[in-house]
Amino acid sequence: MARPSLQEAVQEFAGSADIRSGRVHLDIPPLVENGNTVGVTVTVESPMTASDHVRRIALFNEKNPQAGVAIFHLGLRSGQAKVSTRIRLAASQTVMAVAELSDGSFWSGEAKVIVTLAACVEDLL
Amino acid sequence: MGWRLPLLAAAALLLSGGFLQADEKKSGFDFMAPETQAMQEDDLSNPGMLSIAEGEALWQARDNPHRAACAQCHGEARQSMRGAAMRYPQIDKRSGQLIDLQGRINLCRQEKQSAPPFAFESPALLALTAYVAHQSRGQVIAPSQDAKLDRHRQNGQALFERRLGQLGLSCAACHDAFPGQRLGGSIIPQAHPTAYPLYRLEWQALGSLQRRLRNCMIGMRAEPFPYGAQELIELEAYLMSRAKGLKIETPGVRP
Amino acid sequence: MTRALINVPKQARAGEIIEIKAMIAHVMETGYRRDAGGSAIERNIINRFTCFYDGAEIFAAELFPAISANPFIAFSTIATKSGAIAFAWTDDKGNTETTTAEIKVV
Repeated sequence: MARPSLQEAVQEFAGSADIRSGRVHLDIPPLVENGNTVGVTVTVESPMTASDHVRRIALFNEKNPQAGVAIFHLGLRSGQAKVSTRIRLAASQTVMAVAELSDGSFWSGEAKVIVTLAACVEDLL
Repeated sequence: MGWRLPLLAAAALLLSGGFLQADEKKSGFDFMAPETQAMQEDDLSNPGMLSIAEGEALWQARDNPHRAACAQCHGEARQSMRGAAMRYPQIDKRSGQLIDLQGRINLCRQEKQSAPPFAFESPALLALTAYVAHQSRGQVIAPSQDAKLDRHRQNGQALFERRLGQLGLSCAACHDAFPGQRLGGSIIPQAHPTAYPLYRLEWQALGSLQRRLRNCMIGMRAEPFPYGAQELIELEAYLMSRAKGLKIETPGVRP
Repeated sequence: MTRALINVPKQARAGEIIEIKAMIAHVMETGYRRDAGGSAIERNIINRFTCFYDGAEIFAAELFPAISANPFIAFSTIATKSGAIAFAWTDDKGNTETTTAEIKVV
C-alpha cells in the first residue's frame, strides 16, 4: 500500500481550504548530524489576540513511512505561536508546517533538510 | 589503498609521538554541530539527564529490606562519588583484576548487597554508572600513577593500534591519523572516553563505552570483543590515559 | 514513575510570555522496525501530550512515530496565576503519566 503523499496528509488536516504560503517559519538545520533526532522550531507570525490567533500547527514530512509528524493545539493563552520538538527524518527530504488560524485560513512554510546516515553499520545482524 | 594508508598512519603516529599533544586534544563535543552541543549543555534538554534522574533514584532505592541501598554505605553521591569516575579502570584489590566503573558497581551489588549483577547495557546499570560518573563532571582527567596499570595501558594501546577485521583498520588508523576529517557523512573525533555513558542520537538511548567500542569493531567488520571482556577494559584504561587533561562530561550527547 | 524533566520558570510577572520545556523518557517505538528474527516490533508511542494551567488546557500535542525517542516539546503560555502547571502524557496503550511544576506569578 502506497504511503499517503505529503499532499494528501496536508489535505486531511486542512480539508478543502486553500493553503497559502507564508507566515510560517521552520527553523531546522539544513544539514543534519543524525536523522534520529532533529530539532525543529515552528514559529507563526500572529498577534495571538482573540480575533487573530493560531489554533493548530501541523508538521509533515515527505519521505518517512508516515507523512504526519505532530499536530500542536494552541490558543489565546499561548502568548506566541512558537513550538519546538525533536523529530526523526529517514532521509533527505522536505519538512512542512501548516498553521490553522482563528479565521479559518491556513498558512504553510517548508524547509529542505539533508540527512546523512551514520558511517558504519552498528548492530550484529 | 594497499600500503599507502598504513604508511600515512604510521607517519602520523610517529610525528605525534603515538598520541595527541596536550594543546591538540579535543573532546568529541568540539566536533559536533552547534545544535547537538546545545542539547548536551542544557541539563533540562539533555536526554541523558533522564537516566541521571533514574540513577539517583536507584542510588537511594531499597528494593529489598535485606539489602542496603547504595546511599546507606556511600551517603550522598554528590560528595562520596566526586572524582570516582577518574579512578577507573583500576585494579580491584581483592581479585587483582582490572575493572571498570560498571564492573565495580556490579561487584558491589554481589559482594556488599548480595544481589545479582545488572546485565550489560541494562537501563539500571547504565543509569547508576552514569549517575556516579556524572558526579565527576567538569573534573580534569588525571590518570592514576599506579604502576600496576602500566601493563594494562600498554595492552590497551597495542589493541588501539592493531589492525583488525575484514577492512584491516585499526582505531589509530582513523582516530589518530584523521581526526576532524570525514568518514562518510560523519566527522571522525579523536576518540576520547570523556562523556560516557552517553546519549547517542544513533541509539536514541544512553549507552556505555563498551557498546560504542563494539559498534566500531562491527563497523570495521571485525569480531567485537564480548561485553565485559578484558580487552575492552584495557582499551578503556589506555583511552583514559590518552585523554589526560580533558574534562569528564557525563552524560554526553553525541550524533 | 517514568522519568520526566520539566523546565518552567520559577517565577514570572503576570502577563509575561513564558517558555515551557517538557521531556519524558519513552522509547517511541515506531512500529516500522523489525527485530533480529525479522518480526515487526509493535508500535508503542506517546500519542498525546497536554498541559493544564490555571483552570484550562493551555497546550496539547498529537504525536506520531516521527517524533524522536524521549520526546521533547517546548511551547509558550502567558503567566496568569501562581500555582501548579500540570503535564500529562498518554501512550498507545492508554497509560497516562502525569507530573506538575510550580510557578510563582508576581
